[in-house]
Amino acid sequence: MRKLALSDEILMQVEKPARYIGNEVNAVMKDKNKIKVRFAMCFPDVYEIGMSHLGIQIIYDMLNRFDDVWCERVYSPWTDLDAVMRRENIKLFALESQDAIQNFDFLGITLQYEMCYTNILQVLDLSGIPFLSKDRTEADPIVIGGGPCTYNPEPICDFFDLFYIGEGETQYRTLIDLYEKYKDEQKSRAWFLENAAKIPGIYVPSLYEVSYHEDGTIKERKALAPNIPDVIVKEMVTDVSDTYYPMKPVVPFIKVTQDRVVLEIQRGCIRGCRFCQAGQLYRPVRERDVDVLKEYAVKMLENTGHEEISLSSLSSSDYSKLPELIDFLIEECNKRKINISLPSLRIDAFSLDVMNKVQDVKKSSLTFAPEAGSQRLRNVINKGLTEEVILNGAKLAFEGGWTRVKLYFMLGLPFETEEDIKGIGDLSNKIAAVFYETVPKEKRNGRVQIVASTSFFIPKPFTPFQWAPQCRKEEFLDKAYLTRKSITEQLNQKSIKYNWHEADVSVLEGIMARGDRKINQVILKAYEMGCVYDAWSEYYKNDVWMQAFEACEVDPDFYTVRERHDDEIFPWDFLDCGVTKEFLLREWKKAQQETVTPNCRMQCQGCGASRFGTGVCFEEKEGLS
Amino acid sequence: MKVRIKFSKEGPVKFIGHLDVMRYFQKAIRRADIDIAYSTGFSPHQIMSFASPLSVGHESSGEYFDIELNSITDTEDIKNRLNAVMTEGIKILKVAVLDEGEGNAMASVAAADYLVRFSDKILLPDDWKEKLSAYYEQEHIPVMKQTKKSEKEIDLKEGIYKLQIRDDGIFMQLDAGSGSNVKPGFVLEHFFSTIDVQLPEFPFRVRRLETYRRTKKGKLMPLIS
Repeated sequence: MRKLALSDEILMQVEKPARYIGNEVNAVMKDKNKIKVRFAMCFPDVYEIGMSHLGIQIIYDMLNRFDDVWCERVYSPWTDLDAVMRRENIKLFALESQDAIQNFDFLGITLQYEMCYTNILQVLDLSGIPFLSKDRTEADPIVIGGGPCTYNPEPICDFFDLFYIGEGETQYRTLIDLYEKYKDEQKSRAWFLENAAKIPGIYVPSLYEVSYHEDGTIKERKALAPNIPDVIVKEMVTDVSDTYYPMKPVVPFIKVTQDRVVLEIQRGCIRGCRFCQAGQLYRPVRERDVDVLKEYAVKMLENTGHEEISLSSLSSSDYSKLPELIDFLIEECNKRKINISLPSLRIDAFSLDVMNKVQDVKKSSLTFAPEAGSQRLRNVINKGLTEEVILNGAKLAFEGGWTRVKLYFMLGLPFETEEDIKGIGDLSNKIAAVFYETVPKEKRNGRVQIVASTSFFIPKPFTPFQWAPQCRKEEFLDKAYLTRKSITEQLNQKSIKYNWHEADVSVLEGIMARGDRKINQVILKAYEMGCVYDAWSEYYKNDVWMQAFEACEVDPDFYTVRERHDDEIFPWDFLDCGVTKEFLLREWKKAQQETVTPNCRMQCQGCGASRFGTGVCFEEKEGLS
Repeated sequence: MKVRIKFSKEGPVKFIGHLDVMRYFQKAIRRADIDIAYSTGFSPHQIMSFASPLSVGHESSGEYFDIELNSITDTEDIKNRLNAVMTEGIKILKVAVLDEGEGNAMASVAAADYLVRFSDKILLPDDWKEKLSAYYEQEHIPVMKQTKKSEKEIDLKEGIYKLQIRDDGIFMQLDAGSGSNVKPGFVLEHFFSTIDVQLPEFPFRVRRLETYRRTKKGKLMPLIS
């Protein structure tokens, strides 16, 4: 039986000890003596969150298919265990072998949201790995970052030796071969990093120097080593039907956020909403073959025993073979008594019919994401959802028996006016009115429930809104109050509930999202002052963060409320996600003119992603065939 | 038809709580492709009944649950198929078809055997064995027991069927019926309080050895005999 890193006494005193014992079904065990490279894959948040992430499962599966590599998992210890580990000087360990991370060859950290940045430092700290790349030696693991936040890695670049830019399936083998050469031939760490920087998609921050103008904006970026690229192009899987996918994902003992089989049906999105980062980063849209998906679904259900399967993509309704796939799943899942969960479907006759088959209408709610309250502002953000479509969808749904509707909006979008915000109340009210018009009194079971939620808009790199100023906390809150007021003034206000997101944390997220290298010291300072688990509102300490900015003499406003000039060099401009800056700037101008851009299937906009030679860019266009 | 399954739970999986063990077996039954019966309704669930929850941190070689099947190959096949999909530390020991009309696992539980080992952090007096024997020899052991509403005095002795000091720990056979269940830790904590021994946190390592039902004649028999 495996020996655990933690004693029974410790495991008995912490919450959910199953987070730390490994040994889950489908966890990969290997003989340490028969492998060359030990890889610890980390999601810097608590186990239940980290275990729900598909990307890690894909990389975990891929690396473990390599005979010479053993990939294990590690997550942020929850605050109770964190305290015990510090008190008793216990080093952070990987779940499978329970061995200390310190002795691994690689520590890979996935960066899914900005508010996990202090948890990166927690993981390094508890592992006994120096915080700063420059302080590490040949004895330390190579710390590599991946995931969406690496599209602006600069605020955390001091903590990483490497970043992997783009989809993980393509270059890990090359990187590991280079690592084995570094070890076998006893080369220096500097040798490894310099050579890694020549691998496509690999960014080694220490090999680049950034100089600044007096106003704090970037003047120039210089490579410090010969033959390394000035611009790093993202890595991308060309054929998503012929690549790695975990047929035997790890099945956690405890309930995790995503406790189901996840079937990724496509990558990318054709829509081009101007606030959405994922919609630009993962271009072009690549669909997975429907027969491959059917086979995956069955195999994964058989190998996990999960009772639910969920489709994953940015916009499932745009998957061209969706009806065929859903018919297959409904039949298979009925046979096996498996639930189907269908997120991100556009509400129309087809999706309502499908949902009617797979959900209990009485218990489920319908979700619309208009994102903005008025048609004018929806045109600004290029969200092609009209009021007519929403109201028609709602009418169909109410006729079908649904009585609960969720609405998602953003506040603080560029060029937003008071009228746009009031539109949130108006639209919510109109939906409620549709219910009362559609469903006769005798058929009503209480009133309709409409929940309107707003989040605060945060401009992200590689979006047309990367030039936009972000609101201050006070502005955000004023907008939330105005929204609430607009809802309470409505005729059907008793049927409408309103929730809004916290403002402090949205401001900080904005700083991290568009930050530069000067932010590294602030994150380190905040961590040293006790910030960790910032994504958890009960642990988020805004006042401490603000003290950290002050101590480091870094002005938060520089990153948020400032409007960027068209020709400003952004911290992330040395990365190439496929979409050109010219395209994004064109979209930024069109937003100001309230002009809508057609989606990729309707008309190519020349965003730049077609150079990858695959996906939607090479489909025949509708109506042109 | 109903089938009863006996399993053991040892090593690191002892930190998996009861509800998670149930979820674990629901998934395992699907992986093993066992033709289990489901409840009717919009969200069908497997028809499954666990004998007696095991506390987090306790090991066991005598856990039981019942499942309802639509069709059956044979008990050996079910055992093998389940064992093929188990994780380290959980092992299927026996599978038996229940007779028509036999009560479900949970309602049947009458008693259980435990083996308790002490943490080396307990400062044991030299004569603890004599004292424990004397404690058990008493005709009545009156204790105050916390119920949901109030505190009441019970005779703990009625719930202790056997107590033996063995080389490998303290063996106890205790009442495990619903409502009258006695926990092994409770007995030993009470004993140590009567001889004024201060206990550290997590003083005992508990292993359940067997779970019993009571026959019509009043005899204790393992849930699969």
